[in-house]
Amino acid sequence: MPRSIKAKPAAPAAAANPAGHREHASFPPLVIAEIQRAAREGIYDIRGLGAKRRLPSFDDLIFLGASISRYPLEGYRERCATNVTIGARYAKKPIELKIPITIAGMSFGSLSANAKEALGRAASEMGTSTTTGDGGMTKEERRASKILVYQVLPSRYGHDPDHMRSCEAIEVVVGQGAKPGGGGMLLGLKVTERVAGMRTLPVGIDQRSACRHPDWTGPDDLEIKIAELREVTDWEKPIYVKVGATRVKYDVALAVKAGADAVVVDGMQGGTGATQDVFIEHVGIPTLPAVRQAVEALQELDMHRKVQLIVSGGIRTGADVAKALALGADAVSIGTAALMALNCNAPIFLEDYARLGTAPGYCHHCQTGRCPVGVTTQDRELEARLDPELAARRVRNYLSTMVLEAQTLARACGKSHLHNLEPEDLTALTVEAAAMAKVPLAGTDWVPGRGGA
Amino acid sequence: MIEVDVEALGVRALNERLHRLPPDTNERLWKITNPKGAHALAAGLDRPLTIEIEGHVGYYCGGMNKQAEITIRGHAGPGLAENIMSGVIRVTGNASQSAAASGRGGLVVIDGDASSRCGISMKGVDIVVGGCVGHMSAFMAQAGHLVVCGNAGAHLGDSIYEAVIYVGGDVESLGSDCIEKPMTDVHRSKLEQLLASAGLRARAERFRRFGSARQLYNFKVDHAAQY
Repeated sequence: MPRSIKAKPAAPAAAANPAGHREHASFPPLVIAEIQRAAREGIYDIRGLGAKRRLPSFDDLIFLGASISRYPLEGYRERCATNVTIGARYAKKPIELKIPITIAGMSFGSLSANAKEALGRAASEMGTSTTTGDGGMTKEERRASKILVYQVLPSRYGHDPDHMRSCEAIEVVVGQGAKPGGGGMLLGLKVTERVAGMRTLPVGIDQRSACRHPDWTGPDDLEIKIAELREVTDWEKPIYVKVGATRVKYDVALAVKAGADAVVVDGMQGGTGATQDVFIEHVGIPTLPAVRQAVEALQELDMHRKVQLIVSGGIRTGADVAKALALGADAVSIGTAALMALNCNAPIFLEDYARLGTAPGYCHHCQTGRCPVGVTTQDRELEARLDPELAARRVRNYLSTMVLEAQTLARACGKSHLHNLEPEDLTALTVEAAAMAKVPLAGTDWVPGRGGA
Repeated sequence: MIEVDVEALGVRALNERLHRLPPDTNERLWKITNPKGAHALAAGLDRPLTIEIEGHVGYYCGGMNKQAEITIRGHAGPGLAENIMSGVIRVTGNASQSAAASGRGGLVVIDGDASSRCGISMKGVDIVVGGCVGHMSAFMAQAGHLVVCGNAGAHLGDSIYEAVIYVGGDVESLGSDCIEKPMTDVHRSKLEQLLASAGLRARAERFRRFGSARQLYNFKVDHAAQY
């Protein structure tokens, strides 16, 4: 059994400090606990979800509602449209989404079949897309999803041209925000007979996915690869390129040059099913500066709104959606938040959280396959805790709420379409956010890094 | 036989024509001339066609092939027959890197040499190379067979899973977790069968077999240096 499957003792000293002892700034209890864990086990910590550290985020931006200089729209009467078309650059059949929030790629294997089905159903009911993941397409998710984006990944596990032909769009995954430059992992307990069969792997191994595509390297090859995918699917499907946010300006420009119809930029808050903690916390840039850099790259190429930008990584609320769109994204994608709507970290089955050495609100043990709420597991008993119909309802409600929230903010700014939101509707609460999002610090005209006032 | 000058018709029009053939088509024999290094030629086929390509092809010729038998009379660029599902793809000359990458079934025959990463991520395809293969061949190879009649470059079979490699010549070096394994009668007869299906003549007796030591299948602290 891989080490990280074992329940781990919670860091005892981290919990409380009733006597008011002086904490070491460089070696607080959590750091000490991690040093001692490493000393005990001799290998890095592997976990799920995304960066847990505090980062500059959309929370550091606020909207400037309309007043005398601009007028708002009536909150409950005047229309605020939310639709988005993706892929009109080259695809014969672009996809039409009713809402600008899509479900990100998460593998069957990492997620249970019930979780995949629930996401598919919810997305279909809301008129948006869901995405396959590392390990191929399942019948359940194809059936449940009206608009399904098929990922072409470095591992090519289960890659099937028939599946590619059956989907509505194709996403070439170069990287993801949780681990730009890293391949996937699926630890032994989740590599069940079905999962292993789909991936052509031995049952129970700790699966390590490739981090590079097997048949192309660099932007010039990518262009030829995309052309091949178009040839195989007769130029029908939109082709996305997904990158983890690092050198965003260059990567977005190169993806556009390589012929992408849409670019997906995943910030470092983006989640994972299993990755080294050091990778999650120390590689990639936050979503906030990534959006701005991606938009600038598109604008410089005169491709903004022609090549769609889909942003992901830590999107949680309608406010996040509205802010990402105001900065110039065409749509956002949610992964972790969708899992939370399914029940991830819900305060139920408390004893099973305890068995993993954690508690609701803190759990990131997707890698163990012992998900207490049946979302990230391949265990039949645990999976049965997630009723796909009820779970789909929750995700649908959540998506619906986010859309209503985003519309509320857009109407307050006088916008009849979410895409009419603009950077000028935003201001920053911190100097860092002002510099990263390139909007003025609240109450000033100051954008750090820009000349003038 | 239907003859198509791909330089005149264009790759797009040719591929579309091949994709639109009905399952019971009578148009089964094709000769494609003037490929001149075109990419994605005859990619994504799913019909029992026999196609002869007269000349050199670029990237991804026969990519994701199902059913079709494609013969390239010339050399092939990178990603030949990538993710092949079934059918046969043969190159009379040499193939560039990543030949038959992540192939899941079918047979790929390279009469000449293959460059680096031949059979990378292979998932069930059988690959028979008349000449030599470059470095990192059969990297992370999951299933299927790679037969190399000549020599193999450095790091053969690095991080290999359950694929089986047969090499007739010398191996420069083996990658992590790849080891030599004994040749039994079962393996010899499988090898003979693969050579025969490829139409290549080589004495099975001189081949050695390589596969996974299965030491990297689960994370272990003691293997940290090999990861």
